[in-house]
Amino acid sequence: MLLKHLRRLEAESIEIMREVAAEFKRPVMLYSIGKDSSVLLHIAIKAFYPAKLPFPLLHVDTTWKFREMISFRDATAKRLGVELIVHVNEEGIARGINPIDSGSALHTQVMKTDALKQALELYGFDAALGGARRDEEKSRAKERIMSLRSAGHVWDPRNQRPELWSLFNTRIRQGESMRVFAMSNWTELDVWEYIMLEKIPVVPLYFAKQRPTVRRNGATIMVDDRRLPLNCDETPQMRMIRFRTLGCYPLSGAIESDATTIEDVVAEMQTASVSERQGRLIDTDEAASMEKKKREGYF
Amino acid sequence: MTSIAISKPVHPRARDQLRFITCGSVDDGKSTLIGRLLHDSKMIYQDQLAAVKRDSIRHGSADIDFALLVDGLEAEREQGITIDVAYRFFTTPRRSFMVADTPGHEQYTRNMATGASNAQLAIILIDARKGVLVQTRRHSFICSLLGIRHVVLAVNKIDLVAYSKVAFDRLVADYLAFAAGLGFSSIVPIPISARHGDNVVDRSAHTKWYHGPCLMEHLESIDIQSDTASQAFRFPVQWVNRPDPDFRGYAGSVASGRISAGDDVVVAASGRTTRIKRIVTQDGDLVDAEAGDAVTITLEDQIDIGRGDILSRPTERPSVADQFAAYLIWMDSEPLAPGRNYILRIGSQTVAGSVTAIRYRIDVNTCEHLAAETLSLNEIAFCNVAIALPAAFDPYDVNRKTGSFIVIDRFTNRTVGAGMIAFPLRRATNVSWQAPSVGRSERAALKHQKPCVVWFTGLSGAGKSTIANLVDQKLLAMSRHAMLLDGDDLRNGLNADLGFSKAERVENIRRAGQVAKLMLDSGLIVICSFISPYRSERDMVRSLIGKDEFVEVFVDTPIEECARRDPKGLYSKAKAGEIKNVTGIDASYEAPTRPEIHLRTMEQAPEQAAEVVVDAVMARALLCDERR
Repeated sequence: MLLKHLRRLEAESIEIMREVAAEFKRPVMLYSIGKDSSVLLHIAIKAFYPAKLPFPLLHVDTTWKFREMISFRDATAKRLGVELIVHVNEEGIARGINPIDSGSALHTQVMKTDALKQALELYGFDAALGGARRDEEKSRAKERIMSLRSAGHVWDPRNQRPELWSLFNTRIRQGESMRVFAMSNWTELDVWEYIMLEKIPVVPLYFAKQRPTVRRNGATIMVDDRRLPLNCDETPQMRMIRFRTLGCYPLSGAIESDATTIEDVVAEMQTASVSERQGRLIDTDEAASMEKKKREGYF
Repeated sequence: MTSIAISKPVHPRARDQLRFITCGSVDDGKSTLIGRLLHDSKMIYQDQLAAVKRDSIRHGSADIDFALLVDGLEAEREQGITIDVAYRFFTTPRRSFMVADTPGHEQYTRNMATGASNAQLAIILIDARKGVLVQTRRHSFICSLLGIRHVVLAVNKIDLVAYSKVAFDRLVADYLAFAAGLGFSSIVPIPISARHGDNVVDRSAHTKWYHGPCLMEHLESIDIQSDTASQAFRFPVQWVNRPDPDFRGYAGSVASGRISAGDDVVVAASGRTTRIKRIVTQDGDLVDAEAGDAVTITLEDQIDIGRGDILSRPTERPSVADQFAAYLIWMDSEPLAPGRNYILRIGSQTVAGSVTAIRYRIDVNTCEHLAAETLSLNEIAFCNVAIALPAAFDPYDVNRKTGSFIVIDRFTNRTVGAGMIAFPLRRATNVSWQAPSVGRSERAALKHQKPCVVWFTGLSGAGKSTIANLVDQKLLAMSRHAMLLDGDDLRNGLNADLGFSKAERVENIRRAGQVAKLMLDSGLIVICSFISPYRSERDMVRSLIGKDEFVEVFVDTPIEECARRDPKGLYSKAKAGEIKNVTGIDASYEAPTRPEIHLRTMEQAPEQAAEVVVDAVMARALLCDERR
């Protein structure tokens, strides 16, 4: 039996997902393969049981995800029998955009933000469910559960609809869409406790293991494939590492850890002294960078 | 790079969650207090703290500015005020907390109401130097209106009044005097300094005279055990789950109360009763479900249920009505237009509706009741609301889930209002099976107009029909749905059995009035052209129609002029003695004493006169133009 506060969070997320299914014509669930997506998917299946998911999953693939993420993604879709759409910004590929030569900002803009907009327009999705949490980052803390995006996918923080009780205004015009954050009120600790108690499979990269790494600018980067150029004085070293957040591998900083099991991870969480986003190299440019990205259409 | 030593695996602890809001005026220190709570409860990570230290220096602050931790958006960092609701989270071993940081700036009351709608407790901040301000009253009133029953009065910046007990006591007395009528079940005053941490997480050495709990201690221990599980059972159907022909389930979250498989339930709107068959979840069927549980219910009988229906026990039904009285908070820069058609969301029910009357507006600073024709941004009123179809609901103070609604503008799609239902009007005591009662305002709303009866009276040949026809044409050109009822036309059909005696004239007008009323109820602007010589009959029609929707137009033409025009040859026939009972000759005409419109045809051409009627009617806001 789930703990009371987790049961309440789960029920709240289920209620939001059912609203989306009932009110929108063509919803989609954004699936990023990370721990939050794993929880989101787990809850969605509960929300619509015994029916199948009334929407497909969409993964925006930058082609620079960890290999283990991709195999986990495909295995998960197969195991659960859900419809998975994978979208890649082919234009970005053709232009040779990558996180190493193009820099993290341009890579993220083209391969994540632009790619997401492309996919939403291509399939005509009018609502996109995501697993972002308000505790992740300062500008997320102000986000509504249902957040209106204009026809250009622009988020206007000054023109947000007031959101009272659990009464959602789901009305949109042609071309507008809704981003729906069904796990807004979860914290990182809630997510891990829930994963533990519900025995939800997550990508093994969240658990510590000896992995080949290099150190750059104070961050530990895993050498996941041969695309990561090594300086002549760099030799990958095996380190006992794990990840708190997962993204494109050259942009994801690892932490050294001995947490090999979910119980270890929860214990580590309870004594953690740095935030999970610390490992995200794309956020560090400046304090308000997340808000800028969101205005431009980043999830 | 941090390597973290692992202690023994820790099992997640059972905790409950408290959702609270902080409110206060600009510069009362709300963000600082939240930053302090997060910092002192060790919820701020090293990297976040480092970023804040950097930012503090950049913003010209020597100490750590805790407000920078919680002020998220760029714009407000520049202005130094919180412009939106921000949600913050922290956890202690005993509780999880979700904090809505709501703005103190006056024009952002709507955001405060938003934060308060999901909160169980409010921390109301007062600057110890400034005392109870207008905004303090406003915030307290909104908290009370939105159903918050527990208040912490945080008297902040107590260090700046030299930790004075006298100052604290005076402030608390001021506040308690004001808040006595607001229905809070607990008010706990605490002297604090958010900046220095006095009485926030740890007890302060500077306030030895204070014997109450410090803020965190109070937040961790206050009993907010909601009794929603012991209330009447309400299950709003959110989504119909029909994966195959054999399974038909109703998905939703239990809003209040508890239910078990085998219990009898009734569908509120239709009155159909049935029994709970199964309570389905992916983790297995449940024996019972209680408030807050998200489940899928199957029923013994195949009955017609859809999204928006509410299941209850047959013995504890919600109200079902198409009119109710409610408190309404207006949240849009475009004011409320009474009579205008909006979209209402009441639970999972979506219906068309309008505010039919503003009973009174509430001055949130004095709680005074004021007359109002409309509501502007951030204003609050007690209103009558009519909806197109009967909906099931409870009073808000009994059930926050089934007693709340939002108002949506159907053109801009903005959320323009938030309402709390007080009680049903025109109670539907026995649930009916008949077609739902759709009223005049709903039909009129479909036509985007407010119906009325424009009643032309005057002598034969005065010009009534000519002007009435022009008015009809002008309204048509404005895409208004109008209908012209002419005395002569009626006498050729419906009233063909009536002559011109006094009794028959009265009956003629009675019938005309009833027909006009039917047309009015169908949402039309009804233009009536009748000599209608007697004041009492015109007054009878006026009361039948309702004085607000009856526009009497006196077409004033001297009898000599009418006789000269004589379009139907009546006057010459009367003169020749061929007909009797001609008004103005041998039957009396009682001219209106106070008509809404007085047209003098000797001075105005018919075209002008018609303009006057259309304009005057528009100006009286009887025609409500929504297509701006």
